[in-house]
Amino acid sequence: MTALTAPLDVAALRADFPILGRTVRDGKRLVYLDSGATSQRPRQVLDAEREFLERHNAAVHRGAHQLAEEATDAYESARARIAAFVGVTPDEVVFTKNATEGINLVAYAMGNAATAGPESARFVLGPGDEIVVTEMEHHANLVPWQQLAQRTGATLRWFGVTDDGRLDLSDLDALVTERTRLVAFTHQSNVLGTVNPVAALVARAQAVGALTVLDACQSVPHAPVDLAALGVDFAVFSGHKMLGPSGIGVLYGRRELLGSMPPFLTGGSMIEMVEMARSTFAPPPQRFEAGVPMTSQAVGLGAAVDYLNAVGMDRVAEHEHALTVAALAGLAEIPGVRVLGPGLDAAGDVADRGGAVSFVIDGVHPHDAGQVLDDEGVAVRVGHHCAWPLHRRLAVPASVRASFYLYNDLGDIAALLDGVRAAQRFFGVA
Amino acid sequence: MQLQQMYQEIILDHYKNPHGRGLREPYDAESFQVNPTCGDEVTLRVRLAGDTVEDVSYEGQGCSISQASTSVLTDLVVGRGVADALSTMDAFVELMQGRGQVEPDEDVLEDGIAFAGVAKYPARVKCALLGWMAFKDALARTGGQA
Ligand SMILES: Cc1ncc(COP(=O)(O)O)c(C=O)c1O
Repeated sequence: MTALTAPLDVAALRADFPILGRTVRDGKRLVYLDSGATSQRPRQVLDAEREFLERHNAAVHRGAHQLAEEATDAYESARARIAAFVGVTPDEVVFTKNATEGINLVAYAMGNAATAGPESARFVLGPGDEIVVTEMEHHANLVPWQQLAQRTGATLRWFGVTDDGRLDLSDLDALVTERTRLVAFTHQSNVLGTVNPVAALVARAQAVGALTVLDACQSVPHAPVDLAALGVDFAVFSGHKMLGPSGIGVLYGRRELLGSMPPFLTGGSMIEMVEMARSTFAPPPQRFEAGVPMTSQAVGLGAAVDYLNAVGMDRVAEHEHALTVAALAGLAEIPGVRVLGPGLDAAGDVADRGGAVSFVIDGVHPHDAGQVLDDEGVAVRVGHHCAWPLHRRLAVPASVRASFYLYNDLGDIAALLDGVRAAQRFFGVA
Repeated sequence: MQLQQMYQEIILDHYKNPHGRGLREPYDAESFQVNPTCGDEVTLRVRLAGDTVEDVSYEGQGCSISQASTSVLTDLVVGRGVADALSTMDAFVELMQGRGQVEPDEDVLEDGIAFAGVAKYPARVKCALLGWMAFKDALARTGGQA
């Protein structure tokens, strides 16, 4: 997509999402503000899955019958479109169950590197080596690295978070050093909305020869992302957060890295040659896709990417930015509400911030606030959003998170703000 | 309005003025419980005198439901025999897991019947049971029954 044209026609878009037409809790209009957890799917995606299953379903990369051929074509065509969507080539795209599995794939492959061939040497970790993460990571980009450190004897270190919810890069050079073998960080925080400075982190990692892993779960669905241009070594994202099906995610890996990385799961499909006592492995991406893969899900994600391309990711990002600014401005006007993460500047705008707005309300526990919002038909997430250390850092046990997507409008933001005021009234704090 | 059904006055009263709150000495056993989906937590101590629950003291952070149900718990078990307390707990757990289909017995559950509305919200059942799970665990740690 090139230059910006008109703003989104949200009403027209919403007509593509059957679920948004339903009511909840005794006839309330559904106000869906939980796309950060999972997004809703347009008819085009549902139709693509159904069409595939009704016409072309077969196990891919096996068999020579016509359906097998068609299914394989559909699967590989989806891979090619998804790869193009994030600016990389199809052989650099590995299908996984979700982003979590993608991160684990890299972590386990690295754990396997010590007993693999010499070509895998650069993935081997041991005592004295360091893995650097950040305090704002989703558990999916933290726990696998804790475990890898435990298994290999490497040390886990992390960037802190500033009070206003930015990554604290003041100790970048002290933290990422010659000992650092891997830097794993999120592109956009699922709690704070903060968009991290990928270029600065990649530059430092490259300077010391460390690998980079980008958690792109909250960026790829919401803004144009060119993974090759960002220069990261690996990246992950999940289909269900970008209008696609659940059960499909993507691991991107630079070609030469995937080519020298040992497998994680082994078995059918991922082999080159098998004897009774040993096997050799297929080139990537097949090396990392053991067993019969998810197929209609890949097709559905391909359709989701087509849908997003047709809308235009620039316009999606611009639309969500407007919603984010409106939400931040509205919440700032409600006494007793504190937003976690970057707020509006003096000009009433905010840079490097996406559409996840988490907040706490004095005197109203997030669970209780979420219950009042739910009663009004407003679906938000409450809790620590799988970022417990981040909440600890910000000294709150939990928060309420509203997250936006292309099908939300200013009416949804108004419903959120009304719901917050209703919660304050209900619990007698306003 | 479904909200009032869930947040009965009794619950809000216990939330605002919790009974028995604070950690006290001496105690026989302590349990720390956390709800991993939301981070709510409670630390709860049990003091027995023979076969009687002499004191339950607790500290924690959490939503109105978890705080109020722990407050109600102290009303229901302190001064009771251990077996009695456990059967009250079973009645409360049955109510909470009943999806709104279980008719609570006020003679047994007293203020606890106010949580009948919460049972219709599966996501909140864990909140209501947090303190009770701590009580059960702490009792077990005293080396007694449970
Ligand atoms: C930033 C971030 N990373 C990772 C994940 C994990 O995604 P999934 O559960 O689809 O593997 C999520 C989703 O909750 C997320 O928001």
